[in-house]
Amino acid sequence: MSENNIALKKTPLHAEHVRLGGKLIGFGGWDMPVQYSGIIDEHNAVRSALGVFDISHMGQFFVTGAGSVQWLNRMLTNNVERLAIGQGQYTLMLNDQGGVIDDLLIYRICDDDWLLVVNASMIDEDFAWMESHLPDNVILTNRSDAFAGLAVQGPKAAAWFDAYVGGKCGAPARNQIVRLEVGGGHTFIARTGYTGEDGFELFCPAASAVQVWNEVLASGGAFGIKPCGLGARDTLRLEMCYPLNGNDLSPNHTPIEAGLGFFVDLQKGDFIGRPILLAQKENGPSRRLAAFKMQGPTPPPRSHYGVWKDGAQIGETCSGGLSPTLSCGIGMAYLPPDAAKPGTTIEIDIRGRRFPAIVEKKPLRKTTA
Amino acid sequence: MNVPDELRYAVSHEWLRADGTVGITDHAQEELTDVVFVDLPEIGREVEAGQVACVVESVKAASDIYAPVSGKVVEVNEAVRKNPALVNTAPYGDGWLFKLELKDATARESLKSAADYMAQLG
Repeated sequence: MSENNIALKKTPLHAEHVRLGGKLIGFGGWDMPVQYSGIIDEHNAVRSALGVFDISHMGQFFVTGAGSVQWLNRMLTNNVERLAIGQGQYTLMLNDQGGVIDDLLIYRICDDDWLLVVNASMIDEDFAWMESHLPDNVILTNRSDAFAGLAVQGPKAAAWFDAYVGGKCGAPARNQIVRLEVGGGHTFIARTGYTGEDGFELFCPAASAVQVWNEVLASGGAFGIKPCGLGARDTLRLEMCYPLNGNDLSPNHTPIEAGLGFFVDLQKGDFIGRPILLAQKENGPSRRLAAFKMQGPTPPPRSHYGVWKDGAQIGETCSGGLSPTLSCGIGMAYLPPDAAKPGTTIEIDIRGRRFPAIVEKKPLRKTTA
Repeated sequence: MNVPDELRYAVSHEWLRADGTVGITDHAQEELTDVVFVDLPEIGREVEAGQVACVVESVKAASDIYAPVSGKVVEVNEAVRKNPALVNTAPYGDGWLFKLELKDATARESLKSAADYMAQLG
């Protein structure tokens, strides 16, 4: 609602969202569907069957050149040398203080060719930061406008893939990417997602987006596919405690504080932010990103609600909402290490009243399978 | 869009029935998306027209609900406390929120008619 006065960008699928009755809102400068049939309905479709999201607002950068491995390992926290051709990894880009500029996925397309998928709201800032550090033997291009993106997510995703493109090749393994001819254009298809379910992210030329979108909906029909909006995308990721940049990640928090140490390779050599992270790893961070569950029927927590313990405020929520799967309020907050331990009882201040919550181990949604 | 003729409407999308019952409109519930929690006012509380009387929480956000007219809260809908989705499924029926004893019985006339509210929605 705060973005009403800004000219919002439209994805190549904008007309399809309108046609399907999607409710559109401003998000990171884009006019995006928050929901079609309802956030809870779409959430449940992804947990039980299949859903498709427009993720065309996300950015695509290509990196190429003889110096790419060395440079990427200096710019990003994870180790790109571990990637075989066709593999991808989750990684973070930090500032000199070790704070998070953005979290992203990087795929190795060829030896020295890389695809980076970055957050929509960070495209310009990421590009400027990377360009300012670019050596002569690496080429960086922003091709965000040339690509549309679709995320197909849910337990039926593998069966859907076989039905849609099975004749062309087998499904890529987790974190792998393939390039296929679908919908009349070359499309990258990666086995990844932001929901905690099996799934794929497709990046196709903007010109073939409408055709791919409609082919996905048609081929997904047999699996109960539903178009899903950003509302369900947020509840699904929050149940899994996947961080959202801008909420849970910021230039003032390091990946160690965010609990993302697994995606930081401190052994690979120097990278931007490493000295700070090394010190935090040795001494322990002064705060950690904790996940919590509200106790009993309470209003759902939201961002920037006070977190209390023993009569004193100890932090602020960074993400919050209702978990359709758990049927209770859930959220995340940076808390002092003691309070961030699972089992700790805390209180969330909701409009001046404090409601009890318990810190839980991440993810909040436990997969039983 | 369902806008019953017998109700009066506030610009902020609340409706008022002749008996003082208050709820939110069909348009409002659709804009809010799935309602998951309703923070009802205390019985006996005096509210001024335009003042926040309760909060309706959807999956998406918390939204203030304003008193369409001034008065005293004499009843609240316990059913929506237990089943907040009633606000979505029956915004003019079982999904009502609270009942006011109007400070000034003619205040009702200051609210919009169904036709005027329809015009506001465009």
